[in-house]
Amino acid sequence: MISFILRRLFTLIPMLLGISLLAFVIMTAAPGDFLNEARAARDVSDETIQQMEKQFGLDQPWYIQYLLWLKNIVTLNFGDSWTYKVPVIELLRERVPATLILSLSSLTIAWLIAVPLGVLAAMYKDSIFDRASSILAYAAISIPEFFLALLAVVFAAQTGWFPIGGRTSIEHEFMSRPEQWIDYLYHLILPSLVLGLGSVAGLMRIMRANFLDSIRSEYVTTARAKGLKEDIIMFRHVLRNAINPLLTAFGFYLASLLSGALLVENVMNYPGLGQLVFQSLLRQDQYVVMAAVLVGASMLVLGNLIADILLAWADPRIRTRKAI
Amino acid sequence: MSNKPLLNVKDLHISFGQVNSISHAVQGISFKIEKGETVAVVGESGSGKSVTAMALTRLLPESAHCKITGCIQLEEQDTLALEADALREIRGGKIAYIFQEPSTSLNPVYTIGFQIKEALDLHRPEVTDQQAEAERLLDAVGIKDPRQTLNDYPHQLSGGMQQRAMIAMALACQPKLLVADEPTTALDVTIQAQIIELLKKLKSEQEMSIMLITHNFGIVTGFADRVIVMFRGNIVESGPTDEVLKNPQHPYTQALIDCIPKLGKKQDRLTTIDYEKITG
Amino acid sequence: MSRIREVIVAVWDRKSGRALLILLLALYVCAIAAPFIAPYETSTQELGKAFHPPTSLTFSEGRLAVRIYQQTNKDLNLFEPIEGKIAPIHFFSRGYEYKILGILPWDRHLFTVDEAHRIYLLGSDSTGRDVFSRLLYGSQISLSIGLIGISITLFFGFIVGAVAGFYGGKTDFVIMRLVEILMAIPGLYLLLALRSALAPYFSSTKMYLVIVIILALIGWAGTSRMIRGMALSIRNRPFVQASEAMGQSTTVILFRHILPNLSSYLLVAATLSIPGYILGEAALSFLGLGITEPDASWGLMLSQAQEARILMLNFWWMLTPGVAIFITVMAFNLLGDILRDIVDPKFGINKS
Repeated sequence: MISFILRRLFTLIPMLLGISLLAFVIMTAAPGDFLNEARAARDVSDETIQQMEKQFGLDQPWYIQYLLWLKNIVTLNFGDSWTYKVPVIELLRERVPATLILSLSSLTIAWLIAVPLGVLAAMYKDSIFDRASSILAYAAISIPEFFLALLAVVFAAQTGWFPIGGRTSIEHEFMSRPEQWIDYLYHLILPSLVLGLGSVAGLMRIMRANFLDSIRSEYVTTARAKGLKEDIIMFRHVLRNAINPLLTAFGFYLASLLSGALLVENVMNYPGLGQLVFQSLLRQDQYVVMAAVLVGASMLVLGNLIADILLAWADPRIRTRKAI
Repeated sequence: MSNKPLLNVKDLHISFGQVNSISHAVQGISFKIEKGETVAVVGESGSGKSVTAMALTRLLPESAHCKITGCIQLEEQDTLALEADALREIRGGKIAYIFQEPSTSLNPVYTIGFQIKEALDLHRPEVTDQQAEAERLLDAVGIKDPRQTLNDYPHQLSGGMQQRAMIAMALACQPKLLVADEPTTALDVTIQAQIIELLKKLKSEQEMSIMLITHNFGIVTGFADRVIVMFRGNIVESGPTDEVLKNPQHPYTQALIDCIPKLGKKQDRLTTIDYEKITG
Repeated sequence: MSRIREVIVAVWDRKSGRALLILLLALYVCAIAAPFIAPYETSTQELGKAFHPPTSLTFSEGRLAVRIYQQTNKDLNLFEPIEGKIAPIHFFSRGYEYKILGILPWDRHLFTVDEAHRIYLLGSDSTGRDVFSRLLYGSQISLSIGLIGISITLFFGFIVGAVAGFYGGKTDFVIMRLVEILMAIPGLYLLLALRSALAPYFSSTKMYLVIVIILALIGWAGTSRMIRGMALSIRNRPFVQASEAMGQSTTVILFRHILPNLSSYLLVAATLSIPGYILGEAALSFLGLGITEPDASWGLMLSQAQEARILMLNFWWMLTPGVAIFITVMAFNLLGDILRDIVDPKFGINKS
């Protein structure tokens, strides 16, 4: 198992290099260079700019520039943000956990809703419940995330039940520790629901199809022929097998979650990585954008790795094959 | 008591489908299986033999599409009339099954040991050392390294080993009747012979009746005490194996026997069944 | 291509399929006829009538008319209908000039009211522009971008995917690694990065083109991966190997043997990816990085709805572009699923 994880980690290196190259090429394709904004800013001294030019090799050919940038990144030097006036790494340290928490909580919500609904829809196939949930699933897939986020904000504004945005309340600073945690959670509910709902529909349909496949398997007949109770058959034999493909879907949903989070964060004013990317793009804060794209992609790649590991852990056919 | 048959099926009808397109898979068959007896049910696919076997413990999908009528008397009980709880006591406990495709009949995500112990849990709660019992069972079906195999997942075993594990699982419940539904069809020829040998050995060791479902007359010889020949949902012939083989009464039985390729008999091509002759 | 016709006939034969086709056809007709149906241009403002509610219709002397409103609260943008004051609706009347299909100049409109008054079927926005008219014009963008985007994507996706699947080896390896890298970057991050890289090279009126290019640049990766898989399975079929053995050129094999065999699958894939393009454009415009004012796009219109006033006051009509996106995307999703049921019978069995 450990060698499997190590091998997978090793294959990530060329992948991440490719991503960084792509991010670099895209960002340098725009006219001007990284330091345009800095040169325009009055409060940045010429010396700093010269120092930066040298550090990032702006007078050199592009591939040298890329290698220099890469060298800096490996040492976690992502450069400085001109608009926030802090090293990019500090911004990341603040924003990445926020987006991770948002993504994970919406993933949890999506799973908690989708798995039971999918199972019920499969067990009562063709019932009114099955049909209604399938229609709702179509509806949920078709609502644009930003529109749903907008509706959520309208809902929050008109009922006053939820904060209309942000990650903390104004009086957050004056709260005790437990109160602060509750404050975070309170601000997390609505964005997580909005972000999770889009995945619910897809996950539910996968779950339903898997469960139906699994129900028809011969090992279910074997289990029944053994004299097992129906509910034990459903949980121990059917569900356990039906859940594996969901783990494969994990990577795919993480990708759409990160994209969705960008929109939801912006509409709901949630200070995460997505909001950072967007605002930095508007202000041409190139270092921040490149770093955020790279980090976003790394999160996705690592998410896929985790999905693979989970799958290997859950499915002995994969686990034992890799072990040989 | 001993003169009563273990299983007594009377006028069994099974039909599938709804009003417009009903297919009568089994059309009123009756047969008996005595204690300790091995009965082979022979017929081609679609003759209703597997459906009959599944109907014994109502394993067919219960829905409006599937209708079973008649009487299936197992010792004192009519399984068609049983409540769900009582039916589960029968399943595995009195009638155990092994199926055609061992690779899909075992749950891929659980170890062999887990799946055997699951059966022990249900029907033999008195067994305290499940590990030892499961090992003994695997040993009894001829698995070389039972301790290791207990921790193996189905895909780590060969087809023959998987089928042995299935048999061990069926034996775990000490059933009165073992239903073997085409147990060798999916296996290599040499493995087929081994599995049949194993079933023969188990039959002589345990006080167990066997209902062997097959389309292959070849494996019936020297194994089954009695043969029931099914054709298109009906029993067309039944009797002691030797008699049926020597002196088949029904043209379909004759045709099936002719299909067995024989050593030393010169044949240009294998015999096929001429249905027009049978149905007349 | 007869397979495609078969599939479409099969969709038409289903009740739900027919309903969806009719709905989509109606949407496209509305988009094409937008200048005729829309009573106002996208940029026609009326600053005194900001956030005007939808005008209610009444019958008067056997003619359809709209009621006339007056502002009752300037701070809250509240309007009340004036008792007894109406303006008749004129059908097929003259209005602003436009060009039919961009060619023939005309000035007839489906309905108008006298110039002194306004007809707001779905209310007005912050500068008094007619939401209904803007929705119609916006549909031109959303409905066309899906079709154009997917055409470009399918074209490149087919060539790249088929080449990778057909040649295998190093070509395949390089292309597939590139695809993996593209797919490893969260879609919207890539979308934004590409937008900021490409936009400076185009004028703001060409944003439509930029969006199409960006969406196609991102979209080809997934498409070509899918087509590669299909090409791989088809290339081992006897008829392809036979024509290879006969010395047929690769191009001919690709277009004569592989393309027709994939056509119905491509139709399914295309239908199911169209929502992605519609949503992509809407998201970009919503963030203010896509279609720009005074042009109308559903996403752009929704971005206006983020204003605090709209959140607090009940200006529900500002959210109608979201409903329009929802209906369009849902129609394509449902149609795609019906197509998949028809084209991939195995999938259909699994589902039923």
